[in-house]
Amino acid sequence: MNQAAVTIMGLEIGIEERVRQLLECLPEKDGALIPLLQRVQSDQGFISPEAVKAVAEELDVSESIVYGVATFYAEFKLVRPGKHHLKVCLGTSCYLRGGQSLLDHFSRKLGIRPGKTTEDGKFSLETVACLGCCSRSPAMAVDNVIYGGVSLDQTDSILAGLD
Amino acid sequence: MKRASDAQALQEIQKDAKKAWLELLQGEHPLICTGLSTCGISAKASECQLGIESELADRGIAFRSMKVGCLGLCYAEPLIYIKMPNRPLVCYGHLHLHNIASLVDAVFDNNNINNNLTLGAIDLPEIKVLPVPGLLSLWEHPMIKPQVRIALRNCGLIDPEDIRHYLAHGGYASLAKALAMKPEEVIAEVKISGLRGRGGAGFPTGTKWEFCRRAPGKEKYLICNADEGDPGAFMDRSILEGDPHAVLEGMLIAAYAIGCHQGYIYCRAEYPLALKRLDIALQEARELGLLGEDILGSGMSFDISIKEGAGAFVCGEETALMASIEGRRGMPRTRPPFPANSGLWGKPTNINNVETLANLAQIIDRGGKWYSSFGVGRSRGTKTLSLAGAVRRPGLIEVPMGMTLQQIIFEIGGGVPGDKACKGVLTGGPSGGCIPYFSLDVPVDYESLTEKGSIMGSGSMIIIDEDICIVDLAKFFLTFTQRESCGKCTPCRIGTRQMLAILEKISEGQAVIGDIARLEGLANAVKNGSLCGLGGTAPNPVLTALRYFREEFEEHILNKICPSLVCKNLVAYTIDPERCKGCGLCKESCPAGAILGEKKAVHTINAVACIKCGACMAVCPEKFKAVAKEVARCA
Repeated sequence: MNQAAVTIMGLEIGIEERVRQLLECLPEKDGALIPLLQRVQSDQGFISPEAVKAVAEELDVSESIVYGVATFYAEFKLVRPGKHHLKVCLGTSCYLRGGQSLLDHFSRKLGIRPGKTTEDGKFSLETVACLGCCSRSPAMAVDNVIYGGVSLDQTDSILAGLD
Repeated sequence: MKRASDAQALQEIQKDAKKAWLELLQGEHPLICTGLSTCGISAKASECQLGIESELADRGIAFRSMKVGCLGLCYAEPLIYIKMPNRPLVCYGHLHLHNIASLVDAVFDNNNINNNLTLGAIDLPEIKVLPVPGLLSLWEHPMIKPQVRIALRNCGLIDPEDIRHYLAHGGYASLAKALAMKPEEVIAEVKISGLRGRGGAGFPTGTKWEFCRRAPGKEKYLICNADEGDPGAFMDRSILEGDPHAVLEGMLIAAYAIGCHQGYIYCRAEYPLALKRLDIALQEARELGLLGEDILGSGMSFDISIKEGAGAFVCGEETALMASIEGRRGMPRTRPPFPANSGLWGKPTNINNVETLANLAQIIDRGGKWYSSFGVGRSRGTKTLSLAGAVRRPGLIEVPMGMTLQQIIFEIGGGVPGDKACKGVLTGGPSGGCIPYFSLDVPVDYESLTEKGSIMGSGSMIIIDEDICIVDLAKFFLTFTQRESCGKCTPCRIGTRQMLAILEKISEGQAVIGDIARLEGLANAVKNGSLCGLGGTAPNPVLTALRYFREEFEEHILNKICPSLVCKNLVAYTIDPERCKGCGLCKESCPAGAILGEKKAVHTINAVACIKCGACMAVCPEKFKAVAKEVARCA
C-alpha cells in the first residue's frame, strides 16, 4: 500500500493533506504533537515514516522531535500492526494469576513473539502494563474488547471468533 | 434541561432531578440496573442484561433499565440489581448466560426475590418498602459493612452517563456552597479535613492549593491526574467510570479556591470507557452551565479539556505529566521551581489525583472536621483500596485510614482462596513493596506503610500466597520499572537494568552470595541518585523482599532451589510412571516435542529439550495427575 496516502471513507488522499485536516480538527493547538500522532495512528493503525515527515512539517519541528515522541510512548506503533490486536495484560495481578502463561500460549499458537505480527498480517500480539481489570485477572483485550478471567482453554475460541 | 444560571436555578434543577430519580425507583414497572464498568463488561454483564431483557420481552413484561458503575464487589460480577414494584432493590451476582433464565423465573414468575443469586438488598433511604424476611441488607455484606464510602459514595448506585442522577444526590450543591465562600475559606476547610494527595505522595492538598493560589500570575492551570499507571490499581478508573461528576465538581471547587480558568484531565488511553464517560460528563456539565463562563452567576469561568495519555508510567510524575501535555517526551525535571510556581507552559499549576478530587464535594458539604473524624494520626479520612491477587473477594473498597491489613485481607477480602497460606501483600505497586504475613497487623496509613519499607501509593493491594516466589516477583517489578525508566538519570536508567540482571542470575541459580550485597548497594544508589519518584522508589520491592524474605534469596543462591517452584531454571517436570496411562495428551500439547512414548505406554520427558512451559501438567487429566513439578538443581 502507498504509505504516502491514506484512504478515508473510500477516498485516497495524500498524507500531508490528511495531517493538515487532522490538525485543523484538534480543539487545541498547544501541545498538538501527541494528539496529532494519536489521530494519525487511528487512521492508519500505525505511524509511517511519511506521516512522521508530514507531522514534522505541519508543526514546524524537526523529524527527530516527532520520532523522539513517537518512540517514547508505548501507544505509538511505527510498523503496521495485524488486523486483530491481542493485548495480554501483564499487570501485577495478571502476572501472578497466569498472565505470563497466557501470553506464552498465544505466542506459541501464533508463532510470533510479543510485539510482532503474524506473516499473514492477521494477528498482532502485545503485552500491556495494566488494563485496570485486576479483579478479574488474568485479563486481555482483543481489538479493545476486554476479557476477564481468561483460561488457557478459552484461547482457541477467542482466536476462532476473529476472522 | 435549562441552564443553572445561579444557585437558585441549580436548586430547582436538583429538585426536578430528585423527582425523576424517585419516579425511577418507585415506578410501577420493574427496574433492571446493570453494573457496566470495565470489570463488569469483561465479565459479560452486557450479555446478561440483554439475556434478561429478552426473557422479559418474551413474557411481555414491561420494564425499565439503567446502567450503573462498579459497586466494588468485582468478585461477584456480573452484577445486576432488580427492583420489583413495591419491593426492595435487590443485588444479584455471579450471573452467567446460563443462570439468568432461572433468575428471571424466580424473580418474575415465582416472586422469589431472595434466591441463590441474591447478594443483598440495596437499602436506599428513598426506597420505602416493607422488609422481606430473611433478605439481608447489602450494607451488612462482609465486604461492604466495614467500609466508609466517601469518594465512592455514588459508584454503582447512579447512572454515570446521566447528570440528573448525580444532581439528585446533591451533586454540584457543594460547588454552589463553595462559590458562596471566599477562596481562602475553601482552602482552610480542606486544610482542616487533613486531606492528603491520594495519588501516592500524600502531600497535604490544602497546602498545595495555597502555594498555587499565592503564586504570582493571572493564568493558572489545574490538572487532574488520571494516569493510573500502577499495574494493580483501578480506583481511578472505577471512579471515572462510576461517578465522573464527582471528579468534575472537585475540580471546580479546586479551580475556584486556587483561581484557575483552565483545567486538564490527563487520562490513560488504556481506559477507553473512562474517557468516554468523562466526555459525556463534560458535555452535560457545559450544557447546564456548570462549566464555561460565569458559573452559577458567580463570575467564575472555568473549562476542562481531556488529554489522552499515550502509555508511559513515568507520566504519573507531575513534571513528566506536564511535559506530556505540552506534547513532549514525558521526562521529569528538577524541582524547584515547583509546579505551583512554574508548571504547565511555565504558569502556576496545581495537580491533584482523581480520588483526591472525588472527596472534595463531601468535604465542602459536610465540613473538614467531619472528614478528619475518620483516620489516624496524620492520615485523615478514608482511602480507596483495590484488592486483587490471591484473595477470595477481589474488588474495590474504601475504608477509614488506620484499618489493619489483617482486617482488610481477611474480613473484607475473605482471605486467601484454596488451602494456601497468605505470604504477604504488595502495597503501592512497583514503587511499594511486600509486607510479609507476620506484619499484617500494620495499620494502613501513609506513615505506617512507609515505616515497613513500602508505601501507600495509589492504594493497590495485591495479596500473594505461598505459591509466589519472591525473587520472581522482585524480577517482575524490576522488569517493569527498568522498561518504564525514561532514561534521564543514569542511576535509574542503568541501575535498574543492572539490578534486573542480578535478579535474573539469582532466579537462574547462577548467582553468588556476594550478589545480594551488590544488589542492595545498587538499590540504594538508584534510590538516592534519581530525580523523580520512579527511580526513587523502584528499588522498594527488592529492598522489602530482601528485608523480609532474605532466606528465599539465599536458597536460590546457595542451594540453587526455588522453594515455590516458580523460577524455570530451578524446576523440572517429570512423569510418574506409576500414574501415567499413556493417553498421549501431554505429548500432543508439548510445543517443544520433549515428550516421548507410544500410545498406551508410559511417557517420559526429555529434560534437555523441555522448555518448562507447564503445558503437559495443565492437560494431564485430573484423575491421573501423572505430571509433577519438582525442585531441579541447575547444572
